[in-house]
Amino acid sequence: MALVNVTINGVQVQAENGALLIEVAKQNGIEIPAFCYYEGMSLQAACRMCLVEVEKAPKLMAGCTLPVAEGMVVRTESEPVVKARKTTLEFLLSNHPLDCPVCDKGGECELQDMTFKYGVGESRFTEIKQHVPEKQWSPVVFYDAPRCILCYRCVRVCNEGMGVGALGISYRGVNAEIIPSNGDHLECDECGSCIDICPVGSLTSGIYRYKTRPWEMEHVGTVCTHCSNGCKTTLGVRNNEIVRGNNRDKSGINGEFLCVKGRYAFDFTQHPERLQTPLIRNAAGELEEASWSRALKLVAEKFKELAGPDFGVIGSTRTTNEESYLLQKFARTALGTASIDHHRTGDVVTLIDALSGKTGQLATTEELYTTKAVLVVASDLSQQQPLLANKIRANVRHHKAAVYAVTPGPVREDKIARKSIRVPEADSLAGVEQLREQLSKESELVIVFGDAIQGDKVRQLVAFGESLGIPVKYIALVDYANSRGALDMGVLPDLGPGYHATAPGRSLQQMLDDPKLAALWVVGANPLKGGKSLASTNAFVVVQDLFLTETAQRADVVLPAASAYEKNGTVTNVCGQVQRLKRGIETVGSKADLAIIGLLARGMGVNLGKVDADAIFAEIAASVPGYNQLPMPVILTGGAVQTHPVNGGVPPSSVPGIIASARDTLFTTGSLTRYSKILNEVLEKPGALYS
Amino acid sequence: MTFSPELEAKFADLVTHYPEGRQRAALIPMLMFGQEEVGSITPEFMEEVGKRLGLNTMQVDEVVGYYSMLHKKAMGKYHVQVCTNVACLLRGGAELYDHACHKLGLGHKEVSADGLISLEEVECMGACSWAPAVQVNYDFHHEVTTDQLDTILEGLKK
Repeated sequence: MALVNVTINGVQVQAENGALLIEVAKQNGIEIPAFCYYEGMSLQAACRMCLVEVEKAPKLMAGCTLPVAEGMVVRTESEPVVKARKTTLEFLLSNHPLDCPVCDKGGECELQDMTFKYGVGESRFTEIKQHVPEKQWSPVVFYDAPRCILCYRCVRVCNEGMGVGALGISYRGVNAEIIPSNGDHLECDECGSCIDICPVGSLTSGIYRYKTRPWEMEHVGTVCTHCSNGCKTTLGVRNNEIVRGNNRDKSGINGEFLCVKGRYAFDFTQHPERLQTPLIRNAAGELEEASWSRALKLVAEKFKELAGPDFGVIGSTRTTNEESYLLQKFARTALGTASIDHHRTGDVVTLIDALSGKTGQLATTEELYTTKAVLVVASDLSQQQPLLANKIRANVRHHKAAVYAVTPGPVREDKIARKSIRVPEADSLAGVEQLREQLSKESELVIVFGDAIQGDKVRQLVAFGESLGIPVKYIALVDYANSRGALDMGVLPDLGPGYHATAPGRSLQQMLDDPKLAALWVVGANPLKGGKSLASTNAFVVVQDLFLTETAQRADVVLPAASAYEKNGTVTNVCGQVQRLKRGIETVGSKADLAIIGLLARGMGVNLGKVDADAIFAEIAASVPGYNQLPMPVILTGGAVQTHPVNGGVPPSSVPGIIASARDTLFTTGSLTRYSKILNEVLEKPGALYS
Repeated sequence: MTFSPELEAKFADLVTHYPEGRQRAALIPMLMFGQEEVGSITPEFMEEVGKRLGLNTMQVDEVVGYYSMLHKKAMGKYHVQVCTNVACLLRGGAELYDHACHKLGLGHKEVSADGLISLEEVECMGACSWAPAVQVNYDFHHEVTTDQLDTILEGLKK
């Protein structure tokens, strides 16, 4: 695009012809204040805060909607502009209550900051302010109409960003206010984006309100532990308690996006049923509280005694890469078993094999935003992979991307799709085939597929993609925070770290079904969920978990583990992007799984080397293909880096049908969300929004 | 939701009045005409109109809330609108409205128990030259006195 010369505050700058003045100013380090303007959302021009002086224009112009043109001369801090801003603020404050001392937003409020900057100390308005009582729209969303400055940010983020459209502005003049979708309450994703984006304290969060002041929290940037999308979340921690989760600094792969789970469902860490002391089954057959030293000693002794091929190990889809790596290393060396597995939720293994000999065909999260076409196969993305769905929506909004969906039921992507095809999951590939002509006309494509595509179907899908004659990238969807890491680290019965073939052992189901199993060590998993039982009645069972799950209830020893918010390490998201966890809080009595594994090894007299997250990561980087060239500065500063998985054949792994997605919705992710009080309160009927 | 063939024809015609891609501009007239047939702006009606114009229900709701002549609650068979805007106010509009309130025993946007008459205090309806003005459904009454208002109201009850 042609460049034009624009003068802003006497400085000549170059900008793309037609770019918005507010953006051009920002790129050149000049702030034009605005409330309604929000990068990435449609233009509103409602607040009048961004008025600037443009030479030859008869009056002040709104910088947020003004495209720059050749020779434009702009002043953003001249006397008339400052005066206009003062007046605008005076207007905005004419009905805005001055309750900053008790307002959640106080200290990080844009209206407060602007008032402070432009010093609007007095008001000419003497009328009585119109007061309306605060409304609660859902367990997590509160609305205070008098504080609202009607900037439409929440309306737009809900409609455009989330694709939900649960908010609107109704009535007129002084009575104008935000209205929720269902009369007096909200029926929506409960994602809380509206609360985050509110420039004032009008929309407040049910769990955060009146709890603290922003400056009294420690802000810990880590990664959400719920689904596999790996959104960066900044935990607000006060007195060793997480009081909020958001990502206002827009860092990480998700920018400021978070779903209901990332924003609110950290309260499981403080659930009263959280295990805080080890439990040992006593002579009477009951689990009894015990000290860590006693429990570790008992487990180490038993492990030493029972080590061998009949020892089963079930790893986690949530623990860090370091923990998964150390677990399989410990199992394969010290415990002498090949029977190690985890709950597999997507067929990444076959995808990597099907792509052998090719490079750069695994898409990143960002590529869902930049690629010109996206095909979603057999997944309800908005429910199960909220960040990926959000990226696709933004791609459609900003780049007019072509979206295609092949799903068994209605999905939110239908609204934005060029074409939606309804076929049963088993016939997904036939559905995809119907799109051949359209897809081959696209210039590039990302194919995102769910667990219905596994085994040979993955190969067929890849063959289809490769036959289109355009560049195609793939994402094999998995469910949990570190499902991908567990695969990459070789928590598999026939593949070691980096998908290298190892001596085969039992799969998860085979371990549960084998009456000869001598011992079962379950780290952060709940394989007995849903009434399943262990065939081996005599097996010595050790469970590391946060809660007394169905599996933990069967255990002989239960060791209380730390959650992802309580430890350091790295996790790998659904697209293979590695990010770093940072400890936010500590829960008394629990230990990180890494530490537990290390202590058990020491108890058994096994030398695993230095057991801390950084040392193990260095070992991973040195020994696991794909993790060897990750730029550490990016990871250490909270960024995400995609791994480069093996470029070569992967031996076929597992029995068909062993991979099963948990079909979680926006409001569930297995046991963690069962113990999130807030998430259970906001539970909505999945699919209710698709009509 | 289904409408009469006449209304459907009207809707079909309305959307042709606007340039391609701007069919949402037909929203207000569609709501106005539809309101007469449906009786009020019901949630189903909003959803249906939204669907036809590619708007979500919230966007329709926003418009309905903004315009006072769009009613979510059904008004009476005869909707009496008394103007109290500046010109009418100066010529006795407020007294006229008070009189109507007492006479009918109704307040702003209230409907008589039999559903026959409803009352609304409205803003300017462009009849300033003949203030104070009263409008019953689409019929205008100019330079109305309280006595004339009584006659009009009595006439409605027959």
